[in-house]
Amino acid sequence: MNMKKNTRPHKTFKSEFKRRFDMWLLQHAQAFIFSLGQYIKYPISNILTTAVIGISLALPASFYLILDNVRHVSSSWDGSLQITLFLQTEIDDKQATAFANNLLKHKIINETRLIKRADALAEYQNLSGFADALNTLDENPLPNVVLVKPTLDNMDEARTEALIKELEAMPEVDSAQYDSRWIKRLLNLLNIINRAIVILSTLLTVAVLLIIGNTIRLAIHNRRSEIEITKLFGGTDSFIQRPFLYSGFWYGIFGGIIAWLLITISMQMLSGPVKQLANLYSSDFQLIGLGFGHSLILLGSGIALGLFGSWIAVKRHLRAIEPV
Amino acid sequence: MIRFTNVHMRYPGGNEALRNINLHIAQGAMVYITGRSGAGKSTLLRLIALIDRHTRGQVIINGQNLERVRNRRIPIFRRHIGFMFQDHRLLNDRTVFDNVALPLVIAGYRHQEIRKRVQAALDKVSLLPKVNSYPMALSGGEQQRVGVARAVVHRPAILLADEPTGNLDPALSLDTMKLFEQFNQVGVTVLIASHDLDMIKRMSKRIITLKTGRILTHGGTPTEA
Repeated sequence: MNMKKNTRPHKTFKSEFKRRFDMWLLQHAQAFIFSLGQYIKYPISNILTTAVIGISLALPASFYLILDNVRHVSSSWDGSLQITLFLQTEIDDKQATAFANNLLKHKIINETRLIKRADALAEYQNLSGFADALNTLDENPLPNVVLVKPTLDNMDEARTEALIKELEAMPEVDSAQYDSRWIKRLLNLLNIINRAIVILSTLLTVAVLLIIGNTIRLAIHNRRSEIEITKLFGGTDSFIQRPFLYSGFWYGIFGGIIAWLLITISMQMLSGPVKQLANLYSSDFQLIGLGFGHSLILLGSGIALGLFGSWIAVKRHLRAIEPV
Repeated sequence: MIRFTNVHMRYPGGNEALRNINLHIAQGAMVYITGRSGAGKSTLLRLIALIDRHTRGQVIINGQNLERVRNRRIPIFRRHIGFMFQDHRLLNDRTVFDNVALPLVIAGYRHQEIRKRVQAALDKVSLLPKVNSYPMALSGGEQQRVGVARAVVHRPAILLADEPTGNLDPALSLDTMKLFEQFNQVGVTVLIASHDLDMIKRMSKRIITLKTGRILTHGGTPTEA
């Protein structure tokens, strides 16, 4: 008996809480479905709006993707600081092999790779399309080549220069080539492009917010009488704004999906030619597409922008409507 | 149920819509408010529904002093009131069912309960067969009855009607008033603002006549204001 009395207030509080929670959940579900229904009800205008949002999202995302790919390519170059030694033409394969092995004893040199003149010619014939012209030559014009990879750590400009001078002085070597400047220039250029993309992304983000905000503002305007009636029959502000916020959510998520499709299709269209180009450089480089993580970020940004844009519109315009 | 004590209402801009109004309407009463356009009929209803706030005096509705109802609590306060308008103000992109269900949806009723109550309300105004129609497909009288159903579906304590028969012919007006009478008989306090004196006289209920914001008469028969 006593126990019962004690548990009672707790119980009613709990059931009251559950009732309110159920009602809250129900009203959210209603707003969620209602706003989707509104979206489907006016397909043309909504799809157009969503397409604009999708393109605005796809532009910065694809710029980032391009930058990511360029970085990927250039980092593989950057990582392989590599000196090319063209040997004297008198040096035959045997001597060249010995020379290459000998170089490994040098403490700054990590790795050497010999490209024999015959292999080089075969590869060149294969890739350049000058096979017939090359066949007319009596002898192989190409020298043996040794690719030298220095030990990577602490290779500053001065030490690299010194190493090149040292290698060039060797009797077997005709010339040594090492050009790091263009990589540096490229990296600097990439930094500028990166910043440009950040600026552009910011502008396009603002554009998405304005598009969604304006669309929601128009929706609020079009449903003014409904809002008035709802307020008159005791609809709270959060009840009235909920469908509009969910509309923003739908614009955002569908815009994100459109952006994702645009990027994925574009990548598909580009991957073929890029692969061909990479083959020409005997690289197995492949385009990096939107991974799972990036796709989630894209959709997430769409949803976040949709909710934020509609929230701004709702805060600005909904309060102003009072029943008359 | 409704008590006005020395109530003044001055709109921003200086238009004094109500001056020194004192009245008491008991629970379960049915009262007509009449007077010319601009006499303050609508303003009186607006003050009761907290659409506007009075500028002086005291208004007590259903035991609540309106000055103490904060803006945030107004939606909850309004859920005890049903509204009727001259121009129906139905939502044309929603079916009759959805229109009538609106007050229940706002209050967070469950779907089964909503269905039950909406059907009961539509049955009461003999519009059950039109439940899935859109308002534009209905006649003026039918639209008005949908408005009535919406005004009472959430069983409000007070029903406010602003010129509910303004667009209807005399026969339909009388039907509407009979409907109000039925709701009144089950305990709803009914306030009707109307300038349709001929009809009001026939209903033999209490009549409050307003003239330029003051109460002119307060009795069973209206004067030509």
